[in-house]
Amino acid sequence: MKKTLIATTALIGLCAGPALAETIGISIPAATHGWAGALNFHAERTVERLKAANPDLDFVLTTTSDPGQQVSDLEDMVATRNIDALVVLPFESEPLTAPVQRIAESGVWVTVVDRGLSQEGIENLYVAGDNDSFGRTAGKYFADTLEDGAKVVVMRGIASTVDNERVAGFQAALEGSGIEVLAMDHANWNRDNAFNLMQDYLSRFPEIDAVWAADDDQAVGALAAIEQAGREGEMIVVGGAGMKEMVDRIRNGDKAVPVNVTYPPSMISTAIEMTALGLTGAAPMSGEFILTSELITPENADKFYFEDSPY
Amino acid sequence: MSGTASITKNRARGARRPDLRVIGPLVALVVLVLIGMALNPNFLSYANITNVLARSAFIGIIAIGMTFVITAGGLDLSVGSMAAFVAGLMILVMNLLAGSMGDGLAVLLLGVALALLAGLAAGFINGVLITRAGIEAFILTLGTMGIYRSLVTWLADGGTLSLGYQLRELYRPVYYGGLFGISWPIIVFALLAVLGEVVMRHTAFGRHCAAIGSNEKVARYSSVAVARVKLATYAILGLLVGIAVVMYVPRLGSASATTGLLWELEAIAAVIIGGTLLKGGFGRVWGTVVGVLILSLIGNLLNLTDFVSPYLNGAIQGVVIILAVVLQRNTGAAR
Repeated sequence: MKKTLIATTALIGLCAGPALAETIGISIPAATHGWAGALNFHAERTVERLKAANPDLDFVLTTTSDPGQQVSDLEDMVATRNIDALVVLPFESEPLTAPVQRIAESGVWVTVVDRGLSQEGIENLYVAGDNDSFGRTAGKYFADTLEDGAKVVVMRGIASTVDNERVAGFQAALEGSGIEVLAMDHANWNRDNAFNLMQDYLSRFPEIDAVWAADDDQAVGALAAIEQAGREGEMIVVGGAGMKEMVDRIRNGDKAVPVNVTYPPSMISTAIEMTALGLTGAAPMSGEFILTSELITPENADKFYFEDSPY
Repeated sequence: MSGTASITKNRARGARRPDLRVIGPLVALVVLVLIGMALNPNFLSYANITNVLARSAFIGIIAIGMTFVITAGGLDLSVGSMAAFVAGLMILVMNLLAGSMGDGLAVLLLGVALALLAGLAAGFINGVLITRAGIEAFILTLGTMGIYRSLVTWLADGGTLSLGYQLRELYRPVYYGGLFGISWPIIVFALLAVLGEVVMRHTAFGRHCAAIGSNEKVARYSSVAVARVKLATYAILGLLVGIAVVMYVPRLGSASATTGLLWELEAIAAVIIGGTLLKGGFGRVWGTVVGVLILSLIGNLLNLTDFVSPYLNGAIQGVVIILAVVLQRNTGAAR
């Protein structure tokens, strides 16, 4: 099902734009947490760059913090801006499916990012991170480096399908490794919650070898709690998503944070660029583009460090 | 008609008989502690108790101020966003100052002063708009809640504001350090709670709050400066938010759009669990402290055990909140 589409020669298409201006609507969640903040950062940067490179392209960028508002935004885009293509990161899959389907049926090119719609075959292009691989990569690292019988605690995110897929991938990778998962609780992708949860884990378990924080904001909270309890050096913390502070610690060889797993917010750039290519170029662009989660190690960390990004 | 009047009268008398109405939240607290002891031997360990008390301090300090606001018949939904905004502002300014003044104690003190002032100013603005412009507290603070939340997101550029490393090291002891093994947030929380209880019980200001909350018109005719007292409750709450932020920032040295999320509801819940009436007219600060402890103990207990699915954490918290209030209301109405 997941055909990976590789667009190598497609950049040429950008230079050969048609005479008529094309409008691309972009609808993404508001910058209410670090990852979404970076998503906004990359979206704005890409829009500016594409506008400069291609005067025939016009963009409408909206951000929302709830699904209802996002539906209204989409309606406004179609009604008042007459968009030719839509790049949408659905706030929630179910409520957005029907509105996006209507837009697709009216002949607008639709690119769906990250969170899929609940019905197949609506979008022309699907660009997403791989949640299973996000969990699996971290799990595989644990299975490869930790000893048999090592004890791991897990901090889950907000209860959601994204979180479920990640945890399933993590558990699948640990299977048969002899690593024991002591507990799994939700820290809701939040530093403060993670700090409290880690404090409680530390008073509950005298022996912990590794923490899968499943997100870098959570890793920040976990590390602070470990330091407070004076138990540095006992355990490693693996977060995820590639926050620049964490990448920095990795490239400096920090023992507590040996690796990280990517879930790049810059995937919005991939989606916008491929949509622009689909509109303006002759190269085929429909299909699925799944970005595998990569393991960030001290060796390759420089590649994942973005100085200007807010995340 | 006269029947309802006599019931209200009995309720009012019940408020002066603490042995009955007080028992609800205390029973809930004791039960939670007993459950904790049964579930995990580490529950009563020094580290765990310190953790729970220290993490309660932020909500607790804010909830003390909220007790006065609610007692005077008001409400403030903006405190969570306000805390996030003040924290963001404080970090931003301290980082800027560190650029020109170096990472010294002076920057730290300026930052603390700024947080207190900003909190006081924010509370003052809420109070002025509610008392002078006559805007309903619920609506006004709903508005300022959105404003502060957006402002902190904007200040942080959608990401996270982090305090510079040197300053963080210097500031750290304010959360992690302490006196005689009791950490600073706990000490500050305890002092403010005692102070709040004294002000509520033994000063004209506390009595005026209760008078305004139970009947604003009558209070006005009794020559209580209604507008000024109400304004003062919001300003005090703002100042307490500032104090909470001063204790909060050294913990993780950062603020983002998710900082202080739902703190306003936790603070209000703590106040109500503690026996203060939501419609105003009667408030007690020590009850609020019990309410705050109940709320953070539930979270702590759920993390210390795998007994219930983590998906049901919210449900358990809801049940305990409702139980605490029900226990208290029933004993109160039992005449």
